[in-house]
Amino acid sequence: MFRLRDREMSRKIIDKLERMSLDLTLMHVCGTHQDTLVRFGLDSEFRRIGIDIRQGPGCPVCVTPPGEIEEILAIARAGVTVAVFGDMMKVPGEKGSLNDAKADGADVRIVFGVDDAVALAKNNQKEVVFMGIGFETTSPTIAAAIRSDPPTNFSVLSCHRTVPPALAAIAEMGEIRLHGMIQPGHVSTMIGTRPYEFLSEKYKMPQVVAGFEPLDLMMGVYMLANQVRDGRAEVENEYSRVVHREGNLTAMKVLEDVFEPSDVLWRGFPVINGSGLSIRKRFETHDARSRYSDLLASVHEKEFSEVEGCRCGEMLRGILTSEECPLFSTGCTPANPLGPCMVSREGSCHISYRYRKKQAVR
Amino acid sequence: MCLAVPAEVKSIDGMMATVDFGGVSRTANISLVDAKIGDYVIVHAGYAIQLLDKEEAEKTLELFREMLEQENAGA
Repeated sequence: MFRLRDREMSRKIIDKLERMSLDLTLMHVCGTHQDTLVRFGLDSEFRRIGIDIRQGPGCPVCVTPPGEIEEILAIARAGVTVAVFGDMMKVPGEKGSLNDAKADGADVRIVFGVDDAVALAKNNQKEVVFMGIGFETTSPTIAAAIRSDPPTNFSVLSCHRTVPPALAAIAEMGEIRLHGMIQPGHVSTMIGTRPYEFLSEKYKMPQVVAGFEPLDLMMGVYMLANQVRDGRAEVENEYSRVVHREGNLTAMKVLEDVFEPSDVLWRGFPVINGSGLSIRKRFETHDARSRYSDLLASVHEKEFSEVEGCRCGEMLRGILTSEECPLFSTGCTPANPLGPCMVSREGSCHISYRYRKKQAVR
Repeated sequence: MCLAVPAEVKSIDGMMATVDFGGVSRTANISLVDAKIGDYVIVHAGYAIQLLDKEEAEKTLELFREMLEQENAGA
């Protein structure tokens, strides 16, 4: 359904890009973009013609810092039912993962979406905590569930983060010289294209919002290359069949009703101001941090460090690729991951491991 | 995580809709979009998050072709 996979057109785009003799470094912030790039061999094809595309902080599981992993582990180990997206199960904490906690008797459930967790609470007398992770694609759905009068035994541990402040942090930190950014299509269905405009104004950053089919990404890269060639820094929209400048106003209103911005850590980054989403006081019955404040106090007192040798942080800032990590596919594999970039199916290491033998389609 | 898939709305019951992912039927929460039967929506984690403009989708390849031709003229 709506597959954009036209071989002739792909070849035409690559040929045109090749004739431009490019030397560009681009960044995207989306696990699904990384999947398309690697699965179809586009990343190596782009590299061949002078375009290096890095995955930035675009994997929600990966950017969740160790302290928040410890929060959900503490809640699970205290006997509370926790519901999580499947990718969270293997993320290593200081003393094991949620999988380990489950093996030790904790009640940990994998859910497909927040409504499954609400249903679990409705059908269960026990307390249920849903770990809310994800960017603006996901957070409005969690806000909608919180607003829909869920049972009082349902609460959310909000680990949500917003994309634009992280993009600004990347630009501000200046560790990597970027010629353009490919913005995430589905985050953009919600927030629209307007929240990216300041990056073009302040940092002269060329940007294209792109979809997830191979041709979407190829056209996105082509549009960025043209912006660079023409000396333009604008927000262009390749994914116009779904993304509009204003986004989904209903969803954003629901989001703002339930959450307020907060200053939070991202794995690999310092605290990024205004990049977190805390549940507003009005909904504190459903805020796991408020509900379990005593239980979480000991977690909040401690500082948690990364697993020794894990370089996910550098990958999330785009300054290292998975293959450059000495542990990649040797000491760290999907079966025995050391860090979240190898745990999550959206992490750059997991994706590289999954597809690395694939060659370009061309 | 941000994976979202297009589906056609087949029937609506309050906030919930039955949607068809090219042969596979599922329910999706449609409280965040203004969808009606026959619309295509993008579904993420059990929620429809946006309507898909079918005409725009069908035009996409044509738009790409035009863009590439224009660039040809200028290059």
